[in-house]
Amino acid sequence: MVKRAITGAHYGVRDWLAQRLSAVIMLVYSIALLAYVVTHQPMDYTLWHGLFQHDVVRFFTLLFALSLFVHTWVGVRDVLMDYVHATGLRLALQAATIAALVIYTMWTISLLWGAR
Amino acid sequence: MKQSRPVYLDLLRIRQPLPAMISLMHRISGVLLFLAIPLLLTALQESLASPARFNILQQSSEFKLALFFLCAAYAYHFFAGLRFLLLDLHWGTALKFARLTSWAVLGATLLSILLLGAWLW
Repeated sequence: MVKRAITGAHYGVRDWLAQRLSAVIMLVYSIALLAYVVTHQPMDYTLWHGLFQHDVVRFFTLLFALSLFVHTWVGVRDVLMDYVHATGLRLALQAATIAALVIYTMWTISLLWGAR
Repeated sequence: MKQSRPVYLDLLRIRQPLPAMISLMHRISGVLLFLAIPLLLTALQESLASPARFNILQQSSEFKLALFFLCAAYAYHFFAGLRFLLLDLHWGTALKFARLTSWAVLGATLLSILLLGAWLW
């Protein structure tokens, strides 16, 4: 029988797939944003602020942020599983990571839709 | 059990092949990028706050330096990650080719960093 720790691995292909899917979303967004910045030189406040006034841009930026946070979770969890062998400490670090990512999500939403 | 077998646990003596180093650095850059998320969000918030705060950010040499390192880590993680995605599709799994694409990751990252540096300074 396989012993399962609360912070251990029981999530296989789903997280693997989430890692790849979020990577592809970030890849496309990164190239699009880079292309915008490169083709709109010199960048000033009016252009930059104007870009994030569009709901479509806000939506895809949020999609990028959510992908980043899912991607980060899988990555950091893997790193913690590999190097932090004390279950209690690993649980604490994983919980702290989740808490940070939830806060970042709320922060992203408020900064995208809050500022006008 | 034979006790005299060589065990190289001295990390400075273990020489990993390049694809292994690419993988390890992908991990390190990933952790660094995770730690940089609050900086990224703060920068985005400041850049959108007002024209004055946008200008402060744009003219800050500390911001330039931070942006440089953030983009450098992102570029590396991007290209190494792209290589892993292609490996997942069974593209470039032969040893010779895997080494070649490892060099390509380093080359593409170096080129991006040089272009970024030239653009920022």
